[in-house]
Amino acid sequence: MAKQINVALIGNPNTGKTSVFNRLTGLNQKVGNYPGITVEKKQGTCTLSRSLKAHIIDLPGTYSLNASSLDENVVIELLLNKNDKDFPDVAIVVSEIENLKRNLLLFTQIKDLGIPTILAVNMADRMERKAISLDVERLEQKLETKIALISSRKNTGFDTLKELITNHATISTKPCLNASAIAPEYFDRLRKVFPNQDLYKLWLVITQDVNFGKLERKELQGVASFKTESESTLKRLQQKETIARYQFINGVLKETLTIDTANAKDLRSRLDRVLIHKVWGYFIFFGILLLMFQAIFDWSSYPMDFIDSTFASLSEWMKTTLPPGDFTNLIAEGIIPGLGGIVIFIPQIAFLFFFISILEESGYMSRVVFLMDRIMRRFGLSGKSVVPLVSGTACAIPAIMATRNIENWKERLITILVTPFTTCSARLPVYLIIIALVIPEGRVLGIFSYQGLTLMFLYLLGFGAAIFSAYLLDKILKIKTKTFFVVEMPNYKLPMPKNVLITVIEKTKSFVLGAGKIILAISIILWVLASYGPGDFNKAEAIVTQENVTNNLSEEELETKIASFKLENSYIGILGKAIEPAVRPLGYDWKIGIALISSFAAREVFVGTLATIYSVGSEDEKTIKNRMAAEVNPVLGTPLFNFASGISLLLFYAFAMQCMSTLAVVKKETNSWKWPMWQLFAMSAIAYVVALGAYQLLK
Amino acid sequence: MLTIASLKKGQRAIIKEFSIDVVPLKLLEMGCLPGNEIALVQTAPFQDPLYLNINGSHLAIRKETAAQIEIELIP
Repeated sequence: MAKQINVALIGNPNTGKTSVFNRLTGLNQKVGNYPGITVEKKQGTCTLSRSLKAHIIDLPGTYSLNASSLDENVVIELLLNKNDKDFPDVAIVVSEIENLKRNLLLFTQIKDLGIPTILAVNMADRMERKAISLDVERLEQKLETKIALISSRKNTGFDTLKELITNHATISTKPCLNASAIAPEYFDRLRKVFPNQDLYKLWLVITQDVNFGKLERKELQGVASFKTESESTLKRLQQKETIARYQFINGVLKETLTIDTANAKDLRSRLDRVLIHKVWGYFIFFGILLLMFQAIFDWSSYPMDFIDSTFASLSEWMKTTLPPGDFTNLIAEGIIPGLGGIVIFIPQIAFLFFFISILEESGYMSRVVFLMDRIMRRFGLSGKSVVPLVSGTACAIPAIMATRNIENWKERLITILVTPFTTCSARLPVYLIIIALVIPEGRVLGIFSYQGLTLMFLYLLGFGAAIFSAYLLDKILKIKTKTFFVVEMPNYKLPMPKNVLITVIEKTKSFVLGAGKIILAISIILWVLASYGPGDFNKAEAIVTQENVTNNLSEEELETKIASFKLENSYIGILGKAIEPAVRPLGYDWKIGIALISSFAAREVFVGTLATIYSVGSEDEKTIKNRMAAEVNPVLGTPLFNFASGISLLLFYAFAMQCMSTLAVVKKETNSWKWPMWQLFAMSAIAYVVALGAYQLLK
Repeated sequence: MLTIASLKKGQRAIIKEFSIDVVPLKLLEMGCLPGNEIALVQTAPFQDPLYLNINGSHLAIRKETAAQIEIELIP
């Protein structure tokens, strides 16, 4: 078997680090989470030679080793922990030719840890056009390292880079900066207390407490007690360190890098003039949102219909092919529709991430943050929250996955928690049928129909609920997170198709494998509850046939009556009846109770469930509507779907968290059951109270 | 006191000393160091955040942070 070495890819954001990772590993990559936290862990393998393989970790982008977020903390935790199985044999610092000075800050810090460190200078293909020249040999001497000029876009320089990885043992591990020069006296004292430790590592451990949080420090026990300096002194020393590093870098680059600044008037300023213009900027952004919305709402309906009908016919085929029995029913009615319920989301997820990765790759997403920050920060949201909130109007599943791009954990969590309030497309069929039932036809000023206005009001209500609860959560949630705002405005770049494709595949895969399991499990449970029952359930055919013996029904009519009877006596029917006392104050009966419970599979199931209960035998909207209009409230003797109960039902659907797929995705994205459960109870409680209030006021 | 927040579009300046207690380290690491040249590229609508060019690096920061960093104008 080939020997394997660990390689860590480290770099500033926007240096094309992930493209380098994609070039090195291709599709041999695995994306997971770091244990216990929600930071993405990307790893892959690359064959260097017949006898040597590299296990490559793409560490989160960071500007330095002074972590200010969970993502950045992952980098330093790994680099300080020699016992970690992923501890790198060699580190590659990915930098970008146009921001080399800033990128080198991180390089010097990594090198000072005593890890062999290769410098990969990316986007080398732009040097000529930007009139930049770099004396590589001289720079290698000055930094005491090996350098590879690469271009992930043009796929050049990777052979050199692989060669350098193979020969990593020859790279000097001498530090760039004498750390103790920052504060000689302080470091002298440190050395006396910990004579056998690396001073720079000690320094990092001590200052991490100031910056972010606890580090794994088995090796460096007792450091926490060594705290003789105040926080602000330590901060000042960190500032000194940063300045000292920049002085070193400036000295090195003065002799090796020349940039002709005459080329400054470039693509950036021309595009910026339009894209972040105070009027056109918003126009263009909303235009792009509209396009994304169109894609996930409209274009994806074609593949979705196809998936729907394919799984339906597959289920039908199974039923006719396999011998009848419980096992066949489980496969044909439980498992296959459950799988279909996962696959159905793929088109929307793929479309959304296609657009998002283009926005991120091109550098436009930073401009969105710049444009939206002022508006969104008031609600504790990020400028990037706009994308999930708007795409939530199609479906909350891809929208919640899209929050991955929000760096700040608190802003991300709030966005995840409030996105399900936006009116998703699964609510639409429910809204439409109830509006048609209870909102009178007619127009305001002869133009706007009452029904249309109600629908619009429900959409606005969804957005309003999301924004308002974000505001509240921002006040309530106590999460340690950076409070300041610094956003890099990267150069505009043409997105690389390979990177876009890998993102789309990766997101789809992680949804199917991550949230998919939970969705399948819950949908099978729901199916079992609806398809089995005690007592009368098993004698349904005999009972219904007996009852209708004089009614002279056709076989079809009889069958729908039996289905209705079965549902009523199934476990889910029993549950529906059991919750009736709880939903009666909202103006519902047990039949609506059943529909509410089965809505958990997907909200639009409401309509189909009522169709079965009322034994309509068709999902045609008109038929169901007529049947619903005829339904009488058993207690009051008035129509069950009247204005009060209709409004109450609309409001219930607007606020309630009734979607198991959303819960599954929230579980996956927050890496715990705490937040989805919290969401389920809070949203259901709000829905209940609001619906109760509305019904009691209006009845 | 002249700070980054009072820069006008297109004006250039040199960053003077500032207090690390109010300015995040991250900003320093991204190149916002005393002695470096700074220019205001553009402001977002409502004059906040500010889009800056600091020694060739482009960043956006909020006005409240910008008001903490003293500058000296380059005539």
